[in-house]
Amino acid sequence: MKNLGSVMTAYMIGWGVFFLYFVSVARRTAELRKDVERLKVTLTRGK
Amino acid sequence: MTAKLIGAAAVVVLLSASAYGAFFVAPNELTMGIVQRIFYLHAPCGMTALVAFLVCFVGNLAYLFKREAKWDWLGVAGAEVGLAFCTVVLITGPIWAKPAWGVYWAWDARLTSTLVLWLLYLSYLILRTMVDDPDRRALISSFYGVFIFLDVPLVYGSIWWWRTQHPQPVVFTSGGMDPVMRKIFNLSWLSLTALMILLIRQRYELEEVRAAAQALAQEAEAA
Repeated sequence: MKNLGSVMTAYMIGWGVFFLYFVSVARRTAELRKDVERLKVTLTRGK
Repeated sequence: MTAKLIGAAAVVVLLSASAYGAFFVAPNELTMGIVQRIFYLHAPCGMTALVAFLVCFVGNLAYLFKREAKWDWLGVAGAEVGLAFCTVVLITGPIWAKPAWGVYWAWDARLTSTLVLWLLYLSYLILRTMVDDPDRRALISSFYGVFIFLDVPLVYGSIWWWRTQHPQPVVFTSGGMDPVMRKIFNLSWLSLTALMILLIRQRYELEEVRAAAQALAQEAEAA
């Protein structure tokens, strides 16, 4: 079982990078969706 | 929304199955031992990164010919997702190299050209943040994206063209890999390709929503 720690570290970091990237894109999209809704409301009120 | 959830669940199942295979099914490699199991993450990530950069190249090239925003969105999605995969390659490689080679890093052709590739696509994304006008940003980054793709064949061919510390490929050669190892490798590659498609779709959607927000903001300013 020598080097099992290295294997675990590699997989944890690898999956961590993908998970964080997935969450980051989802958050950015959600924030922009909120902006879109806010702007739609602003434009509707203006008319 | 349901289709998206099913897609994401399928990717999670595939990734879990490939991890199970890598940890519990794959036989121990004779010379390197257990640390060779990093191969099932490292090598498919490298191949998937090159495919994502190819997607970016196609998007950039199509934008230059058609000047439609959707191709620019595909370009940036491919670049960012490819960069994520390339980051994993550059992190898992040294973790594997230390027990296998005795050093974390060697300045050989494969490793250096991969690091250069990572820096080039990072600069592609930084360049995009420096131009405000969407059309101008798309045009400049498309030219740049087509140019930097030249490093991709260099990375791929480096192990054949130069003598490197990095091992010769066993994936596309017959008899280079144990049949069980090959099956697990193929499963890992499939699962990471599915993850890449999921991430590119999600990143593309982000650009779509950003364009809608910008259009509405301009409309609100004009009103």
